[in-house]
Formats: sequence, C-alpha cells, structure tokens
Amino acid sequence: MMSNWEVVIGLEIHAQLATKSKIFSGSATAYGAPPNSQANLVDLAYPGVLPVLNAEAVRMAVKFGLSIGAEVARRSVFARKNYFYPDLPKGYQISQYELPVVKQGKLAVMLEDGTVKVVGVTRAHLEEDAGKSLHEGLAHASGIDLNRAGTPLLEIVSEPDMRSAKEAVAYMKKIHTLVRYLEICDGNMQEGSFRCDANVSVRPRGREKFGTRAEIKNLNSFRFVEKAINYEVARQIELIECGGSVVQETRLYDSDKDETRSMRSKEEANDYRYFPDPDLLPVHIDESFIDAVRATLPELPDDKAARFSQEFSLSAYDAGVLSASRELGAYFEAVVVQMGPAHAKLAANWVMGELSSALNRDNVDIAVSRVSPAQLKGLLTRIVDQTISGKIAKEVFDAMWSEGKAADAIIEAKGLKQITDTGAIEGVIDAVIAANPKQLADYRSGKDKLFGFFVGQVMKATEGKANPAQLNELLKAKLGGSA
Amino acid sequence: MLHTLSIGELGESLSSRRLSSVELTRHFLARIERLNPALNALITLTGDRALAAAAAADARRASGEKGPLLGIPLIHKDIFCTDGVRTSCGSRMLDNFVSPYDATVVTRLKAAGAVMLGKANMDEFAMGSSNETSYYGPVKNPWDLTKVPGGSSGGSAAAMAARLAAYTTGTDTGGSIRQPAALTGVTGIKPTYGRVSRYGMIAFASSLDQAGVFARSAADAAVVLQAMAGFDPKDSTSIDAPVPDYHASLNAPLAGLKIGLLREFFEGLEARNAALIHDALKIYRSLGAETVEVSLPHLPMSVPTYYVVAPAECSSNLSRFDGVRFGYRCSEPKDLLDLYTRSRGEGFGAEVKRRIMTGTYVLSAGYFDAYYLKAQKVRRLITDDFRAAFAQVDLLIGPTTPTPAFAIGAKIDDPVTMYLNDIYTIGANLAGLPAMSLPCGFVDELPMGLQLIGPHFSEAKLLNAAHRFQESTDWHRRSPRGYE
Repeated sequence: MMSNWEVVIGLEIHAQLATKSKIFSGSATAYGAPPNSQANLVDLAYPGVLPVLNAEAVRMAVKFGLSIGAEVARRSVFARKNYFYPDLPKGYQISQYELPVVKQGKLAVMLEDGTVKVVGVTRAHLEEDAGKSLHEGLAHASGIDLNRAGTPLLEIVSEPDMRSAKEAVAYMKKIHTLVRYLEICDGNMQEGSFRCDANVSVRPRGREKFGTRAEIKNLNSFRFVEKAINYEVARQIELIECGGSVVQETRLYDSDKDETRSMRSKEEANDYRYFPDPDLLPVHIDESFIDAVRATLPELPDDKAARFSQEFSLSAYDAGVLSASRELGAYFEAVVVQMGPAHAKLAANWVMGELSSALNRDNVDIAVSRVSPAQLKGLLTRIVDQTISGKIAKEVFDAMWSEGKAADAIIEAKGLKQITDTGAIEGVIDAVIAANPKQLADYRSGKDKLFGFFVGQVMKATEGKANPAQLNELLKAKLGGSA
Repeated sequence: MLHTLSIGELGESLSSRRLSSVELTRHFLARIERLNPALNALITLTGDRALAAAAAADARRASGEKGPLLGIPLIHKDIFCTDGVRTSCGSRMLDNFVSPYDATVVTRLKAAGAVMLGKANMDEFAMGSSNETSYYGPVKNPWDLTKVPGGSSGGSAAAMAARLAAYTTGTDTGGSIRQPAALTGVTGIKPTYGRVSRYGMIAFASSLDQAGVFARSAADAAVVLQAMAGFDPKDSTSIDAPVPDYHASLNAPLAGLKIGLLREFFEGLEARNAALIHDALKIYRSLGAETVEVSLPHLPMSVPTYYVVAPAECSSNLSRFDGVRFGYRCSEPKDLLDLYTRSRGEGFGAEVKRRIMTGTYVLSAGYFDAYYLKAQKVRRLITDDFRAAFAQVDLLIGPTTPTPAFAIGAKIDDPVTMYLNDIYTIGANLAGLPAMSLPCGFVDELPMGLQLIGPHFSEAKLLNAAHRFQESTDWHRRSPRGYE
C-alpha cells in the first residue's frame, strides 16, 4: 500500500531557549515553580506595561542560525499574533512573522541506513510561549499558570523535505543534538522544552503537487512523532483510497489511543491579524554582533564526527554516535587523550557499550558518571597490557560502577589478574586433557569443534583468568600432540 | 491668589517659606471641592495622599532640598497608572482597577516632589475629541458649561483652565492634548514620540501615544516637561538622547527664525479663526521671525490614515481587557466565550467598540493590504512631507482646531464629523513630531489655539517660540469668568 504513495513531512520545532529570564520581561524561566510565582506585571499583561526584548534570546537565535549556515537577518521585526485564550494574557502572542531573525539554512541528517539526507530549514524565528491552563484539582473551574508565559522560544520551520516518519525523527534528533551543543536549549522534552508540530500529507508517487496537509500539534517525544506521523499517513491513505479527501486541519495526537484527532478545521481557524508590534523596535543586527556570536560557536556535531573519524580511524557510525552529544564526545576524547589514539577503537567500544548501557540503565547523566574517564582508562589499560581479558574487564567494570573503586583495586581484591605464566597454563591444560581422554580421542579423530570444550574447561579451572591468546596457542599445541 | 501664580513664582514662595506645600495643596483642594462638581474634570480625588505628599515635600525643602516642582500640586490624567489609586482610563472596564504600580511619568514627577491632587476625567481609553465618551460623564468647559472641553484629555484641560492645579498631565494620540488645550485656552505640549516614557500609560495606539503637559504658560510647561522627559529602559520606543535644558533657551531671540504657514491648514478655515492666526504671525514677524508659506500635499489624508492605524493598534492593545485577571467581569459567565463577550460588551462603551471593530476589520485577512498597509504607506508620505518642509523652515504654524468648543451633544452621534476635529493635529502624531497649542484669541467668546509644530526633538525651540509669543500677548493669562 505504501509504495503507491509518497509521504511529505515538514516539522515546526519549538526549542525553549535557555535564557535566565523571559523574552520580554525580567521574570525567571525556571521550570517547576509554584503556579504564577514567576509571572510579573508584564507577564500578566497589566494595563500600561511594555515588553523589552531580552538580548540573550537574540544572541541564541543567531547562534542557531550560524550553526546551520543560514543567513542572519540584519533587520527582523516582532509581530503580534492576535487571538483570545485564557493562557494568553495580552490577547496576542509576540512572534516574528514576515521578517524572522534566521533565514534559510540546511542540515545534513544521517539516516538509519547510513545515507545522508539534507533537510532544508525555511526559517527560525523568536517568539514568546503562552501560559498553561490547569484543569486538575479545581472543581467547576480552570486555573491558569502564567509561569511559562513569555518564555523565549525559537521556532525552527523545516521545508517539507522529509519522506517518512523515520526521516522526520532523524531530523528532529539532529536539531535536538544541535541546540544542546549550542547550549541554547536544555532539550528536556518531558518538561516541554523541545517539542514539535508535524505537517503531514501524502501524494501519489511521481506527482509533483503536494497533497492537502494536516498539522499534528504539540508532539513532545521522538516516539510520539514517529507514531503520530505513521498513524496520520495511514489515515490519509485509507481516506483517499476509500474515495474521501483530506481536509486541511489541525489534529491532536492521543498517545494513549495512538491516534490523531481533529482539533479544528481551516474554516474554524483564527484570523490572527498579524501586524508589526508597535511596542518593539525592529531588531537590527550588525556584522560585529554576528562575528562575536560566531566566535562562541563550539565544534559542531558534524565537524566533531568528521574529526573523530579522521583522527581516530573510527567508522562513520561510531563517530556519529560519539558526537551525538557534547558530553559523550568529551568523555570519549578524555579517555583517548589519556590512552593514545592507537586505542581509540577500544575506547569507542567501551564508551558506546558498557558505559552507555550502564548510564541508560541507571538513568545517570554522563557528566556525573560513576566511572570517570580516568577510571575507564585505568580499566582499558589493563586490557591492553593483558592483565585481564576483555571478558573479565566487564566484570571489573560492573564492580567499578557499583563500588566506585579503581580497576586495579578491584582486580587485586578479587584476584582477577590474568594468568600469563606459560608453565601454570600448561599445568592446567595437562590436567584437563588427562581428565577427558574420550574428548581428546574424538578431537584427534577430526572433531575440531571440541577445541572450544577444552578452552572452556581450562577457563573454568582458572576462573576465566587464563590469558586467552596464550591458552589458545598452548592448547592447540598440546591437543595436536606436538608438545 | 495662589492659583494664578506660575510654577516659578510658587517655587519661590515655597523656598522662601512664605508658603508651605501643605497650604498650597489645601488651597487647590478647596478649589476642587468648590468648582469640580460643575465641571466633572476630576473623577478621583486623593486629598489625604496629597496632604501627606505635601508634608513630605515641605520636609524635603526644610532639609535643604530644592527643585522647581518640589511641593507643587498637579492632576494626572487617569490614563497614567498610579500605585494604590484607581486608574480607570475613563472606562467601566477599569472602574474597579487599582493599579499596583506607578507609570514612569508618575514616578519621575513623584521623585521631583510633585503632589498629586487627583485623577482627571478623560474620553474612554483616550478615544474621543469631546470627553463625552467617558464612563464618568462629560467634562464641562469652564468658559461655557454647555460646551465640551475637547478630548481626550478633557478633564486635564478643563482642570487647568479652571486653575484646579498648577499643572496637569495629558496624553496625545491624535491631538488629545493640543485640541482640548485650544478649546479651554491653556498651553499644551505634545513632545516628540519617544521623548517621554509610555511605560504605565494605558495604551490606545502605541505608535502614536505620547505623554505631555497642560500648563498656564510655555515657561511652566518647560519646567514640567524637563522632569518628565528622558530615556526609560522599560519603554523600548523611548529614545536614549540627552534632554536639553528647556528653561535655559526660553528667552532665546527669534530673529531669523523661519516659520512655515501650512497652506493646507488655511484652506476653508473660517475668516475669524484665520484672522487670529494672522495676528499671531504679525507678532512673530515683529519678533524678527520670517514667515513663508509651505505645502504638505499628503496632509489632507491624515484623518483617514489615522483612523486606520489607531484603531488597528487599539484593537490589539485592548485585547488584554478580557475579564480574566483584572477589571470588569460580567456576572456569572456561562463559559469562556460568554465571559469574554459579556465582559467586553458590558465593560466597553460605544466609541471604544466602534474602534475595536474598525481596527479588527482593517487587520483582517483580505483587507490588511488595502487598509493597514496602505495607511502605513500614506503615513510614510506624510512624514516625508514634514521632513521636506523642515528642510525649508524651523517651525510650522497654523490653527489647532477648525472651530472653537462646540456644544455638548452636538457631534457625539456623528463620528465622522467628530473625527474631523482632529484634522490639524493628527499629522504631528503620524510623523512623531513635537507640537504645541497656545491660546491666541477668542471667537464667540471662546478660546482658540495657535499650533506650532517642530522637527523631531525640537521641544526647546517650540517652547522658546511659544514663550516669546506669550511675553508679547496675554491670551494665556485670561481666565474664564468665575475661575479667576
């Protein structure tokens, strides 16, 4: 069914900017404060109050623009978007309409199959968030919490370039990575700091004209984005194939039922009556401001991945994973710097493997990891110098994670040091061979697979501490009867 | 009599201790008590606060502090938010609104030691030219109680004409200081857009609103404006430029001053009115000024332009009055829509609703380009006309209004005729220019105003030209009978 239809998706991502105060008032933006404790007279839209633009929000928007190679508008204008709603105290939202601060840019996104897709960013503009209506715990009434009202948002609008839910998620994840790299958004999706609206349509494969789109509002997890788009695509295709047609409308995704529902149609849509906000002057940005912001740009994810791959001979996949967050990349580099680039692959495997799964399992932030880069280096060094095997190392890592001790202390305390004394290993091999004459005979008559049996027996007898390479070599010789 | 003294004279009496601020305040409060009931110029009296502020000012003087406004009583237009005092904006919508903060203008004047006697009546949300749209009823013109005082700052103008305070504040969006100043025979100044902070001044049309002063004379206005003007970080449209010493340049000679007569202002102007303006020109020429005729070809489009731009902005500015957080709320709303529609329907008066609807219409999809955008283009042309004129002349001169004060009730049912009252004043607002109105004579025993318009930030020059005129005339010293 899917093959006859092409899916067209564009995303509007709302990234809450990590400023200390609101975009047009001095109120704090911290999450989770008691209702309305972070709403001053400006946020409450008292008669006579006026907005004053927070320059930090502009700086962050410019930072984003530069990171996607977009043109930063030398002059941008705040406009009023007029509509009535209880969580919108002024009766209008201050946003940017015709002249946004960030103009066209683009972003390379790596898809699951390793191919790279370039997604166009139409624009990014600054606006203020609305408050929240509270319906719980109040009988026959709704409460309004205006703490969030006036929180700065950067709305990042993509071109309709995505062709599947997976592509949309990959693009959204890339933006998520980017805004955290730039330290302009904390990326916390549960708290609503990073969310998106998805514009979804379908068209017969090969046709140029877009189908009628539906806009799915307020998706706040990558999983919901994927599921909501997939549901919506299936709905639209089924609708058209049954002789119906898609109507332009706004829909809501219900994650409990995994479906989208109509919120309002185009006919019911507000006429927002946008016009330039006369309380705010146009924002003029000059070259020196842009240069100053450019100087604060960190190494961007794509650049970091390219460098990892080149300097450390990592695969594109590994380099991509390790540069997905600034913190992960920094951790990895700290280990590699201490061990030398020759051991980068080993470090990469451990950071992406044991470390990442332990962090995920216990929901620990890498910045406060229980095993520090120096400690991990201590462990990996013992693998490299053959003090322990890779398998034993995992046991040591688990102990380091739970006990917080250095690798050497654990190896010592648990007696996990690898046996590398040839004589000692030979002694164990001889004992194992002597105890298993039938298996020896079978092996010598051609059952090569029994080699593994002998390895296992020796490891069992040494509690896994025999040096695997030495064991292999000695065992092969003994079983072959040459020693 | 104390109420006939200038701010300078009052300041001397206070600093020489012949007079205390408490005595002065009691004098004005007594006048208000006696004269205001017939005028309805004040809608909130703050006598106790005033006496406390006066006592505090006297203490400041006693401790050696000086200051031209220290201990001098004033009345604020009820559009300025005043901490702890009802700020109604002339509307039922805010009849119950006690502001939790002071407007910047109020803060500045408080810091200068001003003593607020009360709050002045005004057209609802400053929308009107006759002060008849106030929820608190019309203000009467002290020169003739059957006549309007003009609007929207009608209460401030009438209070000044009746000498109920040493000065009063007002706001001017399309002529709301100059037109009532002309109709009540007082001096009024609307500064350059951005010269005085709009913070805490309840917005009508944000790109046009500007606070100013009503005073007995240009010299008094200069003192008050000095204290009000200046950059305010709370208002992004206020301008960060130094404020010149307005008082210092009041007496500068006018020799060589080039004054432009606005041809468009004289077309169709009644002969008696035009004669007063020509009399004023003679005085200016005698002071050494040169007069030339200039034309602003797009100026006749200012009224229709204004009545697109101002309603558009007001329709959005007044959205915050929704019955949710402050102000009027209808009784027992059924649901959210009912709360909005009845609170706004019952809280706003007819003229405010007319402008909200007009503004909503001109911003609507499909009409935006034809109205709002077109009006912005014409606004630009008018601004360019003024700029071209000021390349030739230093100041522009003309009448403030086409006619003297009209009868209460005469135009209230005919909005278009009412709107044409602002025909001479709107241009300065559209271009953001400073402008003044000065008493220049009488027609039918009612005062008429002479209007001066200057380039951006030329307040010092305007006040200078106005002061020199007032040194040669006594129109500004005339008081209505019963208010001397």
